[in-house]
Amino acid sequence: MKMRVLVLAAVIAGVGVTAVTAAGEPQAVRQQLMKKVGEAAGALNGIAKGQKPYDAEIVKASLSTISETVKIFPNHFPPGSETGMETEASPKIWQNMEDFKAKAAKLGGDAEKILAELPADQAGVGAALGILGKDCASCHESYRLKND
Amino acid sequence: MGRHTRKLISGVILMALAGAGAAWWLTKPRAWDAAHWEGLGEPDLANGEQVFWAGGCASCHAAPGAPDDQRLVLAGGRALKSPFGTFHAPNISPDETAGIGDWTLAEFGNAITRGVGKDGEHLYPSFPYGSYARLTAKDVNDLWGYLQTLPKSANVAPPHDLSFPYNIRLALGGWKLLFLTDEPRVAVNNADAKLARGQYLVEGLGHCGECHTPRNTLGGFEPGMWLAGAPNPEGQGRIPDITPASKSIGSWSASDIASYLETGFTPDFDTVGGLMVEVQKNMARLPPSDREAIAAYLKALPAR
Repeated sequence: MKMRVLVLAAVIAGVGVTAVTAAGEPQAVRQQLMKKVGEAAGALNGIAKGQKPYDAEIVKASLSTISETVKIFPNHFPPGSETGMETEASPKIWQNMEDFKAKAAKLGGDAEKILAELPADQAGVGAALGILGKDCASCHESYRLKND
Repeated sequence: MGRHTRKLISGVILMALAGAGAAWWLTKPRAWDAAHWEGLGEPDLANGEQVFWAGGCASCHAAPGAPDDQRLVLAGGRALKSPFGTFHAPNISPDETAGIGDWTLAEFGNAITRGVGKDGEHLYPSFPYGSYARLTAKDVNDLWGYLQTLPKSANVAPPHDLSFPYNIRLALGGWKLLFLTDEPRVAVNNADAKLARGQYLVEGLGHCGECHTPRNTLGGFEPGMWLAGAPNPEGQGRIPDITPASKSIGSWSASDIASYLETGFTPDFDTVGGLMVEVQKNMARLPPSDREAIAAYLKALPAR
């Protein structure tokens, strides 16, 4: 019994250590960045679908988050980070790094453009989300893999 | 050589011939009786267009990387990688020489539902007639009418590049004998019109199982694993399980699934990726009731 507790403690400690080291790894960083983009898109979607009232500040903040995040996103794919930590990055990223960066820049550019014009109502947010969603999907089409 | 030996040899030859004859008969291309394609009347082009998008024709038959305004030019050329070699989707535009402009409805119908080519030859099941076998004659007639309204292309797509023995078309008769069926893949409550429509779209037109169901070494579906996920035919990664047991979408509601097919966004605002991007673009063109039917059917599947 005591042995089992000890083993369990060791396992938990081990998991904790891995989590700490993992947080700074490029795979973990880029997963966090994508999560931020997803949350911003989610906020826009709430407005587009009428689940949340239109709020110019939230629209502004979400669009800024998207454009700023994807600007640095492609910097987190150094050699050696192709696998591990359940990465969904396709090896094609490293074969076509320029195209990969161009696709990220396209999303960033579109988000900035929309931010400058600022959608004024629910329908405008919906249209904006349509454009951004296409950018996301066109990159995920070539460069994101599913593992389960 | 004694009399008995000669008798024995001719007996063996006769049996071999009979066996070959039986094998030929069992595995020969089987078109529908001509009557199946008769009396269908003028095609309903609006329905034909819906059938076109639900069937995903452009995903393989438009030129690879064709921009949105060129997706109705069915010039062919997309390469489909598989363990058997690389298949190249042919030109199915109405061009009379490069495409299928000189085909009849019956020839087209037999190709799409029975895998029988214009010259009576077996077609490879990379063309998903194993799913399209479920199509109604009306839908085929409407689709055929719609295809003829599309632009012609003179492009000649490359031939399939397959390794031995998969390059022997005759052998496809054996594949069909083992795996070609128009029976339902799973039992769902067909009295429910929405589920029945979902089943028609998923098992038939949408040919979802072609990627989402794992295959055995002969390229047939693994029994009991309908839509349970499979290796990505293009190499790395997987095509996800889409039954209620799925780690990816098992927790989604029916309206989450319908919304994903419409917008490409997952409930947690990831987006569609990989080969599914093409599919989702097609699904977005269907009426909302069809996307809801697909969702209802997926939620009603046995969990795998």
